[in-house]
Amino acid sequence: MSRETMLNAIRRGLRRGRLPEDQAEMLRARLARHPRHLIPARSRLPRAEQIELFLRNVEKEFGTVDRVAGPAAIPAAVADYLAGQNLPSELVAAPHPQLQAIPWSERPMLQLREGRAEASTLVSLQQAYAAIAETGTLVLPSDPTRPTTINLLAETEIVVLSASRVVGAYEEAWDLLRAESHDELTGGFMPRNVMLVTGPSRSADIEQTLELGAHGPRRLHVVLVDDDASAGQAA
Amino acid sequence: MLATSPAFKQNARRALSDAGLQKALAISKTQFLQRRARAVAAMPEFERLREIGRDIKNHTLTNLDFYLEAWAEKVERAGGQVHWCETADEARAAVLRICEDAGARTVTKGKSMISEELGINEHLERHGITPVETDLGEYILQLRDEPPSHIIAPAFHLNREDWEASFRKSHTDLAADRVFHERRDILTEARSRLRERFLLADVGITGANFLIAETGSSVIVTNEGNGDLTQTLPRVHIVLASIEKMVPTLEDATNMLRLLARSATGQDFSVYTTFSTGVRRQGDLDGPEAYHVVLLDNGRSAMLGTEFQDMLRCIRCAACMNHCPVYGVVGGHAYGWVYPGPMGSVLTPSLIGVDQAGQLPNASTFCGKCESVCPVKIPLPGLMRHWREREFERHLTPSTVRVNLGLWAWFARRPSLYRGATRVAAALLGLMGRRRGRFARLPFAGGWTGGRDLPAPEGDTFFARYARRQRAASR
Repeated sequence: MSRETMLNAIRRGLRRGRLPEDQAEMLRARLARHPRHLIPARSRLPRAEQIELFLRNVEKEFGTVDRVAGPAAIPAAVADYLAGQNLPSELVAAPHPQLQAIPWSERPMLQLREGRAEASTLVSLQQAYAAIAETGTLVLPSDPTRPTTINLLAETEIVVLSASRVVGAYEEAWDLLRAESHDELTGGFMPRNVMLVTGPSRSADIEQTLELGAHGPRRLHVVLVDDDASAGQAA
Repeated sequence: MLATSPAFKQNARRALSDAGLQKALAISKTQFLQRRARAVAAMPEFERLREIGRDIKNHTLTNLDFYLEAWAEKVERAGGQVHWCETADEARAAVLRICEDAGARTVTKGKSMISEELGINEHLERHGITPVETDLGEYILQLRDEPPSHIIAPAFHLNREDWEASFRKSHTDLAADRVFHERRDILTEARSRLRERFLLADVGITGANFLIAETGSSVIVTNEGNGDLTQTLPRVHIVLASIEKMVPTLEDATNMLRLLARSATGQDFSVYTTFSTGVRRQGDLDGPEAYHVVLLDNGRSAMLGTEFQDMLRCIRCAACMNHCPVYGVVGGHAYGWVYPGPMGSVLTPSLIGVDQAGQLPNASTFCGKCESVCPVKIPLPGLMRHWREREFERHLTPSTVRVNLGLWAWFARRPSLYRGATRVAAALLGLMGRRRGRFARLPFAGGWTGGRDLPAPEGDTFFARYARRQRAASR
């Protein structure tokens, strides 16, 4: 119906018919090669500095960070953060194996429920897939172990991130997904949803002045786990 | 949406005497300029990113049919459906059909300029479906029954008092002692009201900042997270996108994203940049079960191959209007349709006709600031000049303007006469204004002297001085 009419209108505008096969082949090759453009110099740094840049950028965007030596230190870090913010110690956690492997029982006061977040969820816990130093951005793709609602419905979102998963630029995160992710429905790599999250939710719609806590989380707290020997340890 | 663009002059006059609007414009404008300047200064490669952005968009437009087909194939493979719509009517019908098939009673909406272009809200309401705007700015406008006045800050024209007044009027169960001293109080009220709406909605409608051929994804960029809630919670997600949103790959989209937030709000990156690809996957705990893209042409393909093709590069960042001296005093509503400011002055005549919107390209000082900040280097003043020419060619220009232009052209084509006449005029005016040094009133120049004095000429015309200087230099 309208499909061919619309494509023909475009071709008429471009003063040609359907692209010749050799040109279409070149475009298909460009899609397959997905060439990178200029990557700004700001993230071209040694590993340790890249991680520092990431943390600095999270704080610049009104997120908070905590750096711990290993997974064993996460329960204490989470409990302390919640107590410090005067928040309840009930969390809804993404059912991700890395989060499941954390020794939560060492802090019995923390109550974890696994699943997706609900409208009433106060605190949620997510496992980051990767993070981008260039702008302090978390990469949160959806899959059965990483529900999207975890990133959206809670008042406070805590995100666990392995230092080894911090990359410099967005392009490097895309290449991680291309190499590691497989989507059964499409046979490609793109999951249903990929959220790039930079700081807590905000709005400047009232008098163009920034206020935190619009529809998404009011607080975004990153717990960085130092698992990357090449990146050096926390100071 | 019904256009009031032909009444631009009256609209503008009303805007100039609207004290609330003038207050809001004064507060907002400097904020945008400073933030963008800071973000751009912190990115030394910005100029190069602009050139790359321009080239990516040009490449995509030249091969738009190919990329649309490649993208549609990926969308379908991900369980999505593409609805090809040539006109606004077709698009409205497609949206309504999807909503009715889903048995929808309420629909939540993320911010979308295409939605304004289509007038989706009115259309759904007429058919018994309740649309709920969820972007904070769009939400207040829906309560007030007003159109947006800015493409990224829709409630640009409102002050805090306006928000409080609208909430008290619409949220009738509000306690009388509920305070709205802080912006935060307003935000909290909107957040809790809209939370209920998100959970009840059957369908979520968002726009798209980009469509990606490589993956079949649609991309939205928000700071509030409302777009994400809109597309995640309901059973059905509808994306409204026009054909020029296309980019080939994730890398191409990434370059555009590096430009977008910096140009728009002066952020390095928006809070939520989300890539949606098809329906909920097996085992997923959330996400929509159906994914539809309503793909709209509505006059855009007719711009291809014309001098206005460059306009299709636009990524709707609003930098041009933020920097425009005309927008800065009349605001967005004066432009009379969906897209205000310099980008609107070029796009609106293309989409609704120069006979309707011919005044808009004339509402420019041609200062060139818009072009200098455009992230994809659209030659906006040049395109506005094209529209002025077309308007003139089609005899849409008022006759007094045509007569005066003709008179001026007659003189300008006779240099010696022109120079002689201006020399006499300058000498005469100089003599008349010698005592006060300026004129408060002059015949035929009431438009100028109504707002300011005209300084009296001192001595020669520019041409006379220039000629003298040339002579001195060659000696």
